[in-house]
Amino acid sequence: MIRVVLPAHLKNLAHVTGEVRVEVAGPPTQREVLDALEAAYPMLLGTIRDRHSGKRRPFVRFYACELDLSNESPDDPLPEEVVAGKEPFIVLGAMAGG
Amino acid sequence: MSGVRVLVGTRKGAFILTSDGKRDDWTVDGPHFGGWEIYHLTGSPAEPDRLYASQSGGWFGQLIQRSDDGGRTWETVGNDFAYSGEVGQHLWYDGTPRPWEFKRIWHLEPSRHDPDTVYAGGEDAALYLTTDGAQKWSELTALRQHPTGPSWQPGAGGMCLHTILLDPADRDRIYVAISAAGAFRSDDAGASWLPINKGLRSGEIPDTDSEVGHCVHRLAQHPSRPDTLFMQKHWDVMRTDDAGANWREVSGDLPTDFGFPIAVHAHEPETIYVVPITSDSLHYPPEGKLRVYRSRTGGEHWEPLTEGLPQSHCYVNVLRDAMAVDTLDPCGVYFGTTGGQVYHSADGGDTWAPIVRDLPGVLSVEVQVLP
Repeated sequence: MIRVVLPAHLKNLAHVTGEVRVEVAGPPTQREVLDALEAAYPMLLGTIRDRHSGKRRPFVRFYACELDLSNESPDDPLPEEVVAGKEPFIVLGAMAGG
Repeated sequence: MSGVRVLVGTRKGAFILTSDGKRDDWTVDGPHFGGWEIYHLTGSPAEPDRLYASQSGGWFGQLIQRSDDGGRTWETVGNDFAYSGEVGQHLWYDGTPRPWEFKRIWHLEPSRHDPDTVYAGGEDAALYLTTDGAQKWSELTALRQHPTGPSWQPGAGGMCLHTILLDPADRDRIYVAISAAGAFRSDDAGASWLPINKGLRSGEIPDTDSEVGHCVHRLAQHPSRPDTLFMQKHWDVMRTDDAGANWREVSGDLPTDFGFPIAVHAHEPETIYVVPITSDSLHYPPEGKLRVYRSRTGGEHWEPLTEGLPQSHCYVNVLRDAMAVDTLDPCGVYFGTTGGQVYHSADGGDTWAPIVRDLPGVLSVEVQVLP
């Protein structure tokens, strides 16, 4: 079970309050986790990744274990701590604005 | 007694303002979707409790929300807005070609007859259609693939399809307007399109009489005169009486003919409203006085409507989708400002009062009259 932390806007959209947990079929990767997340919460389709290219939206970042995984390959394995459920996979909106 | 529901889209959420038919006392409900840009919030003429909202933001993209109970609860519906077939290219601001890239939905136009059928206008300019209550959207590709498409350029706000008029007399006739391509008409339900910009003269483009390239800000139509359209262009207020075949300027004695919205009185097809704005570089009212101008002659002769509106130190704008009329008698007129005020007149514009003063910047205003 992978723990996922969503930003406030996406929590509201998905009607959840705390962390969400998703189960992935294969080896946990960004793609597998996001596929499982979107399957469980279809209202999130297109909000994290472009619906057609599958690319991360420009102002969305992925953190875990104090690492910025945003530019890692979506098919790279996630850190062991995330796979073991010790650490969450964090989706957040990048700081922007003024 | 009838009720009135005003649907307000803002830069930070949606608000629903309700009153009885007297339109004296108002209830303000919201924000819905707080923190999100609501470019447009509108209701189905066929089923008034069916509402649709275009929800978007720079971080998380485009969403569409649907309500079946007048805005008490909402369901996130389809947001797959794809360009069908070859994407193609249009001109960028600097004149170089650039592929069409979806950014947001500016305007939703529900069918008069079917609550599940809605047209959506996008940026970069495209027209979409759903017939299942916004679960799935398909592009009406002939518009974007019009032979003039590669020469379309964005206006300052983006290359947006912001106006959709569904002809009240002919179900196959649709009008759209795109900044800064111009106005287009389809007589076959979107299968083909005709640029209808003859008579528009735009000093901002090299060929002032070009077939396309005009920065049309808004179109308005009265249901009883489907071949008459009114237009607020970047500069100039225009009208056509032959379904867009020819336009003529009716700016007349306006203090400035730059502006964004235009609306037609619900019961008087020759009574129209605009909000003059100083210029394209000064997006606020002339002299700091917020004045709606009304013409009872279909243009040319205009009178300022000021009672109840700020007549000093007012530097807000009124955006293109932020003015609407109700169908009560007397006709109500409503508009929202970039300063977050929503004003209404319950007497056709003679007097005005704010319904609410401190919302986020208003992007759109629609009105429903409820039984």
